[in-house]
Amino acid sequence: MSHPTVHGSGGMAAPDHASHSHESAEDYRPVFVGPRRAELDELLTHYPTKMAALLPALWIVQNERGWVSENAMAEVAQALELTPAYVKGVVTFYTMYHQHPVGKYFIQVCTTSPCGVCGAEDVVNALLKHTKCGDLGLTSTDGRFTVIEVECLGACGFATPIMVNDEFIESVTADGVPDLLARLK
Amino acid sequence: MGYPHKPHPRETTVLSQDFGDADARSLDSYRRQGGYRALEIALGMTPAQIVDIVKESGLRGRGGAGFPTGMKWSFMKPGDGKPHYLCCNADESEPGTFKDREIMRWTPHALVEGCAIGAYGIGAETAYIYIRGEFTEPIARMEQAVREAYAAGIIGANAMGTGKRIDVHIHRGAGAYICGEETALMNSLEGRRGNPRIKPPFPAVSGLFGQPTTINNVETLVAVNHILVNGAAWYKGMCLSNPKSTGTKLYSVCGNVQRPGNYEVVMGFPFKEFLYDLCGGPQAGRRFKAIIPGGASVPIQTLEEAEATLMDYEGFVAGGTMLGSGGVIVFDDQQNMVKQIARLARFFAHESCSQCTQCREGTAWTTKILERIRDGDGTSEDLDTLLEIAENMTGKTICVLSDSCAVPVVSGIKKFRNEFEALIKHRRYHPVTAAVA
Repeated sequence: MSHPTVHGSGGMAAPDHASHSHESAEDYRPVFVGPRRAELDELLTHYPTKMAALLPALWIVQNERGWVSENAMAEVAQALELTPAYVKGVVTFYTMYHQHPVGKYFIQVCTTSPCGVCGAEDVVNALLKHTKCGDLGLTSTDGRFTVIEVECLGACGFATPIMVNDEFIESVTADGVPDLLARLK
Repeated sequence: MGYPHKPHPRETTVLSQDFGDADARSLDSYRRQGGYRALEIALGMTPAQIVDIVKESGLRGRGGAGFPTGMKWSFMKPGDGKPHYLCCNADESEPGTFKDREIMRWTPHALVEGCAIGAYGIGAETAYIYIRGEFTEPIARMEQAVREAYAAGIIGANAMGTGKRIDVHIHRGAGAYICGEETALMNSLEGRRGNPRIKPPFPAVSGLFGQPTTINNVETLVAVNHILVNGAAWYKGMCLSNPKSTGTKLYSVCGNVQRPGNYEVVMGFPFKEFLYDLCGGPQAGRRFKAIIPGGASVPIQTLEEAEATLMDYEGFVAGGTMLGSGGVIVFDDQQNMVKQIARLARFFAHESCSQCTQCREGTAWTTKILERIRDGDGTSEDLDTLLEIAENMTGKTICVLSDSCAVPVVSGIKKFRNEFEALIKHRRYHPVTAAVA
């Protein structure tokens, strides 16, 4: 992002680079073996180019590993006949691919205007307080939670929607946060 | 129906009649209600006949631009020897909009059917449904529906036994508002960064994978099913005001309103009745102050303007705004408009793809200045600076994200200037001061 003063606060806070975010190439276990390789091969039949399977391939990686490491980018690049640099360029464009490990529960809170006028800021503060994450984008010391603000989740009539990993939860209020987190334990 | 509420008697539920009914999702249930009859009818026609009916119905794109759907389809030339593609734009990310989400959650087969008809109508063998990455439930519902439709032979190499090939694939996005812009969507689908492309060439000439392509919104494609079954005249007859706006429209209502949710009304419905009767009016003890009727990219209306508006493409233009995606965002008298407009600008700054200077710099600086005013550090020159930046952001970039950021700023300053000036003068927001100033 070109303007850290605008983009660098709030939802775009730099994630806490956990020590295990640097795995060596030797330790890397390939994702696309067995059923995952078959899944990728099936996906490739959907498109006239291999490159078109890039976003789906990255989803397979993230679903398997929880994030997309540089080694994984290199593996995807090889599988789709692209360069690792190209794959990284695509990964960094999209907000949903994690370039670092995140908490066991990755919580995204919509704070765009329609949710903003319905109390989304209070939901964010309650989540930060009860997860003990410290700040947006940081992972709690027990590794359980990461909380970020996110732009419009497309459920504006159900303010405030949040996503916990792949689960969509509607109509969250600040008061409901402790119960919600208790259910995750 | 007014999902998640009970249907309102003034609604006309064509697309939304099964919203909220989990039993309606399955293939069996969809077929029992006449599902896939439209595809059967379509496959018995020539593509040109389908295009003519859609043209005759007056259907216009429901994603935001309102381009006539039949005309868009007529730009495709079936039989030109090239592969054609249909892209269904299910990247629904415009703040305030959550209608396509409900279509996909409750009636996934309706979208499979609409895509199959659209593909056949434009001479395409492949349709891609590009769904925003956050829509995990809609993606799961759509994948299930596509699997069921393949297994039943409705789509595939021999669609409904006609020997015609129609493939439908779900493609998951990964978090980028800009991928709802049609050329960015195609780039994203090709496995690229979601940067919009310069037009021309238009997608019908060189689109996805460089081949002739049509991009349609979810709601548009689903409406086609009903047009084929009930006829163009029936669809055209659903019109309360301007004959150029026909059919029903889904509106997603959110913000400071009693009953947020989805509502479906005939084109030309009075906005005042819609806001107070269908949506239940403001919350107790509050008054409406401002309305954004078509998603974050359209001009803000004052309450007076909104109350005088008829809800169709022309009616919203007459009311100083646009129908857009039908995402109605309501602000009441408790809201600080400077804060709200600053928040909208921040959204666009976050979502700029950064390839055009006017957008990259303009959205960021607009946000910085607005947040400065919001925080009580504004200067008397700031409003002129904002308007000057907005002018430089309008009509000068590859896509309209830049223009979209300028829209709430210009309309906001024009219509709520007193709030901006009071905040700059008094250095803190005070609702009473703002109302009197």
